[in-house]
Amino acid sequence: MSAILKVKNLSMRFGGVVALNALDLEIHEGEIVALIGPNGAGKTTFFNCVTGIYKPTEGDVLLTARGQENIRLNGLKPNQVASKGMARTFQNIRLFQSMSVLENVMIGRHCRTKAYILGAILRNKATRDEEQETIEKSYAILKKIGLEKYVNESASNLPYGAQRRLEIARALATEPSLLLLDEPAAGMNPQETKELEELILRLQQEGQAILLIEHDMKLVMNLSHRIYVLDYGTLIATGTPQEIRNNPAVIKAYLGESDDDSQHRSHKEGANA
Amino acid sequence: MMSSLVPLLQETLRSLKVALWFVFLTFPIMVIKVHPLEKSIEWRWQNMIFVGLGTFILSIVARILMDQGKKRRKKRALQHAQKYTLVQTILREPKYLYPLAFATLAFGLVFPWIFSSYQTNIMITALMYVVLGLGLNIVVGLAGLLDLGYVAFYAVGAYSYALLNTHFDLGFWVVLPLGAILAAFFGILLGFPVLRLRGDYLAIVTLGFGEIIRLILENWNEFSQGPSGISNIDRPGFFGIELTLDQSITYLFYLMLLLVVFTIFVVNRLQDSRLGRAWVALREDEIACQAMGIDKTKTKLTAFALGAMWAGMVGVIFAAKTTFINPASFTFLESAIILAIVVIGGMGSVVGVIVGAFVLILLPEYLRALSEYRMLAFGAIMVLVMIYRPQGIISTAKRHIQYKPKPDDKHKKQAADPS
Ligand SMILES: Nc1ncnc2c1ncn2[C@@H]1O[C@H](COP(=O)(O)OP(=O)(O)O)[C@@H](O)[C@H]1O
Ligand SMILES: [Mg+2]
Repeated sequence: MSAILKVKNLSMRFGGVVALNALDLEIHEGEIVALIGPNGAGKTTFFNCVTGIYKPTEGDVLLTARGQENIRLNGLKPNQVASKGMARTFQNIRLFQSMSVLENVMIGRHCRTKAYILGAILRNKATRDEEQETIEKSYAILKKIGLEKYVNESASNLPYGAQRRLEIARALATEPSLLLLDEPAAGMNPQETKELEELILRLQQEGQAILLIEHDMKLVMNLSHRIYVLDYGTLIATGTPQEIRNNPAVIKAYLGESDDDSQHRSHKEGANA
Repeated sequence: MMSSLVPLLQETLRSLKVALWFVFLTFPIMVIKVHPLEKSIEWRWQNMIFVGLGTFILSIVARILMDQGKKRRKKRALQHAQKYTLVQTILREPKYLYPLAFATLAFGLVFPWIFSSYQTNIMITALMYVVLGLGLNIVVGLAGLLDLGYVAFYAVGAYSYALLNTHFDLGFWVVLPLGAILAAFFGILLGFPVLRLRGDYLAIVTLGFGEIIRLILENWNEFSQGPSGISNIDRPGFFGIELTLDQSITYLFYLMLLLVVFTIFVVNRLQDSRLGRAWVALREDEIACQAMGIDKTKTKLTAFALGAMWAGMVGVIFAAKTTFINPASFTFLESAIILAIVVIGGMGSVVGVIVGAFVLILLPEYLRALSEYRMLAFGAIMVLVMIYRPQGIISTAKRHIQYKPKPDDKHKKQAADPS
């Protein structure tokens, strides 16, 4: 299996804070890979760096989209990254609240469609066809995600779990080669989490490669083929779920967190300085 | 009983405090009157009582109104979200909306024949502000970019025609599209430096931009003839036929009517397009919008350019209508009025902007009967609108695309269910 995403030596510093420290990571076709680590470890920062929201201080991000050559993503803007084939969800839900569920997904189709000013004004056949196609494809995605009954609802009226799923639907609409999920199960009840697990598995079986940030260890262990563990911006372990479960460094990092997170952090930062 | 009395007492006390403050603050101008020649001071104590009593009563009235407005809003929020008011129903249903639009248009077509040319002239102004409002609505209402310098593009259009007409003898119909293009170009010019700004910061910078354009026009004498302005601009040509003043007013009226219809058509189509959706998404959440593949730079600049374009066109028409322009017509107040049209009419709603333009432009005209209290009454009406209708006079229920699953779709689902 060939690699879809290759991250080499990625570092991100905010002033004196080293949020990511020389990270190497690889994701292959059809894989579910999890990125775990205590709060503040730099997981979200990693997503922001590879999707172009932050400009990494150092390192390379290479994407091999379906049937394409390597594309260097660092230096590209977030919208360019999306159109190259990498889409993400957000840890804090960022839906377009005033839009309907369908329209939210349609926004995801933006980078796969073309109509602009003239098309909008003239509303010629090509534009109408494209619009109809956007609607049909968006609805098909909603059906796949199991949100079709909310199709005309306002996004803000959705139950919490459905909002999280809508974020996934919107990201899928960009036709990503790699889907990045930032804590998709956060705040979900056990029933919703179970449904989410089934959904992610179904996507993977359809050939979707997924990089998952998640705190729910049961979900991570059930789904992932491989796991990367991040602590204070540094990779401390990688391997299969079985290997990670028994890795002493990982256990230590997680025990340290449950102890007292803030104390732990200031202690470590003091040591760095 | 007690529980309802206590807040009442508190409110009264608060109003009393406001009244006392007003008495204190207005004391030097309302009560003391110095006669410098006779070297005497007159104490007008009765004024103090008027101010105190007046403020107290006004403050209580405002409080009651605001309280009621709040209660009503709360009640409305509790009701189901998908309930439409009468106006919203009319605007949503083509079978009501189209006849209404046609009736309005028919009324517009006969307007110059029913009313005097004075009335027609006022109506031309109102129609000009409709187009200005619709243009600004693209920037503010749809894309959510608070632009306080919109008048600059209006000035660009007006001066394009004035200068090209006096120096190069270019006609109205040639400059109309040129003015639009030039204004759009200036829209992009303004857009570039403010791409990263939002909200208050954006408002301040755009305000500055508007003032810069006006100051350039005021001070660059060789270019724009400074404050004395440019006169003897040609009225719009009508197939080379000379028109009397009355005829040219009628002509301009129809021209404006046409432009309004054209603007509504274009703005409506933009709103319901891929681009319109991108604008709304950008307004809602810039980061999510970019992460979904929307080019922020391109989308914002398009909004600025497409908004400015209308101001440019109306500017050309303004110069042709008045045959004289100077920088005094393009002050910040003008931007503020156009923004008020958008906000008071109903942000993001085409009908709202039209109603807003008529209210804001026609009301002061017809309030002339109140002579010097005209602006006071106007201000009071605006405050009342904002208290009772904070979403604007017409708040259209946002139009969503209504998706109806195809019948065969349901079929498949039913077939799949038992398995
Ligand atoms: N824009 C930023 N500016 C400064 N520090 C940041 C910024 N974004 C993240 N950080 C810091 O980077 C570290 C990692 O944060 P984050 O990636 O959100 O962690 P998590 O693993 O919980 O997602 C934190 O210490 C955070 O304070
Ligand atoms: Mg995070």
